[in-house]
Amino acid sequence: MMPSQPSALAADASFASFSWLQDRLLDRLLWAALALIGLVWLLPYSTPLFHGLFPTLERPLYLQEPFVDLLWQHCALVALSSSIAVVIGSAAGVFITRARGREFASVVQAIGSIGQTFPPVAVLALAVPVVGFGELPALIALALYGLLPVLQATVAGLQSVPTAVRQSADGMGMSPWQRFAQVELPLALPVWLAGVRASVIINIGTAAIASTVGAKTLGSPIIVGLSGFNTAYVLQGAVLVGMLAIVVDMAFERLAKRVAWRA
Amino acid sequence: MIEFINIAKSYGGTRVIDGLNLKISQGEFVVVIGPSGSGKSTLLKMVNRMEDHDTGKILLNGEEIYKFELRALRLRMGYAIQSVGLFPHWTVERNIATVPQMLGWPQDKIHRRVSELLQLFQLEESLYRRRLPHQLSGGQQQRVGVARALAADPDVLLMDEPFGALDPATRSALQLEMKRVHKVSGKTIVLVTHDIDEALLLATKIVLLDKGRIVQVGSPMELLTHPANDFVVDFLGRSDLGIKRLSLETAGAFARAEVAIDGPGLSPDASLREVVSFMAVHRVMKVNVTGNEATHVGVVHAADIFSGTVPGHAT
Repeated sequence: MMPSQPSALAADASFASFSWLQDRLLDRLLWAALALIGLVWLLPYSTPLFHGLFPTLERPLYLQEPFVDLLWQHCALVALSSSIAVVIGSAAGVFITRARGREFASVVQAIGSIGQTFPPVAVLALAVPVVGFGELPALIALALYGLLPVLQATVAGLQSVPTAVRQSADGMGMSPWQRFAQVELPLALPVWLAGVRASVIINIGTAAIASTVGAKTLGSPIIVGLSGFNTAYVLQGAVLVGMLAIVVDMAFERLAKRVAWRA
Repeated sequence: MIEFINIAKSYGGTRVIDGLNLKISQGEFVVVIGPSGSGKSTLLKMVNRMEDHDTGKILLNGEEIYKFELRALRLRMGYAIQSVGLFPHWTVERNIATVPQMLGWPQDKIHRRVSELLQLFQLEESLYRRRLPHQLSGGQQQRVGVARALAADPDVLLMDEPFGALDPATRSALQLEMKRVHKVSGKTIVLVTHDIDEALLLATKIVLLDKGRIVQVGSPMELLTHPANDFVVDFLGRSDLGIKRLSLETAGAFARAEVAIDGPGLSPDASLREVVSFMAVHRVMKVNVTGNEATHVGVVHAADIFSGTVPGHAT
């Protein structure tokens, strides 16, 4: 048996690198991201394809702005508006679960619900006269719309911490801050992240509507296509928005596995 | 050590603790017992100010507990509860180290202390140190809970029905462990339970509560031999009062200095309850008492057990 050991080790090493390769090959997130990048890169060369699909259209490919720019601006708008929603929603959720803020719980949750039920298009329409056309009204509408899922998930996550755990944290002499940072926060994190994920995914879809008030997003081809009866434009925008949502959702799934404390 | 002076507390008009006075000395194992709603849990929680009392004073080492900063007070007291409340995202080690971490102990001291406690509670270090609470059985979780409460060597250990949720076998194993830990550490322990057998087994002093008042305070033997009233008798279990008393007395104390008879022997620490049970099983009137390394101590006679006198006692 002895002489065979070195070769067994070598086989192990090559097996390890093979399994690394295998992991990458089976990595759905990687493939989805590559597909999105590929799509953005190849779309400008796809005029013949869309001519074939939509022979009646004179210009079947959206060329006003490059798709790369639209994707980038769409991402930037979602990232910014979701960040605002996450910061405000989380802070409000933490506040109303503390002893001091408990009396505000129903008021804050009502405001969050209004933000969610108010159609984003209506918010856009109301915001434009106040702040003008462009990115700003879109930012306001999206941030407002993404607030409630984050708020609710923050509250649900913090409330899911068992009473016995909170009681023993207090009984052992943890300060309110220690209890929050060391016990409640890590335990609430998975539920909170699920809320952030929902909020961001909703925002990716809703951000397309922001093109109605002049923000440049992946919704621009859709809006232009709808008003000009150009189904090819709508298709191009919709496919990209959909792919983006899938990629981001997969990324959140990956992240969720990381913050899960339950083995 | 701890002194309750004229303590009273009401919840919305109902008195849960009513004019209570109690002294707990260093090293005592005090078991507070009573029916549900007797205020026993509330009494315990007043000590580390998880509950506030309305009137009266509670002294810790002669000082009013409200003179201490709340956190400082709690950090000095170990606290273990029925539902354990281990932090589910932390390993056994990190859980036990909670209070030492907060007190800023150096890492190597914490590491040593965790090893010590795992050993004390007979949890194999290599196996359990890195486990998460959900990877432990109920009994093991409770052990870790008590170890965590003891971690920073607190002055007082407060335990609120710590063994209530365990199966009988695990519970009695943990009770014996607790008794051993008390003996080894000499800690002052206050434990709340509704299980009279647990109280009789563990306590050096039993505090029997009913409707927020103390009915009787005394050693297990005092309660059994001189119950204050019918309530105490009923609570102790009227019909097997005698049997419970037998379980508090040891074979060693009832052994006559006589030469060994035929047959096996019992340990001097065996309770008279075990002795009587042995006699009933083997249909005998006498049994040997055998000490460590098979040294003969003496012989227990059935007649002595029931008369309560031992002619020619062995020790």
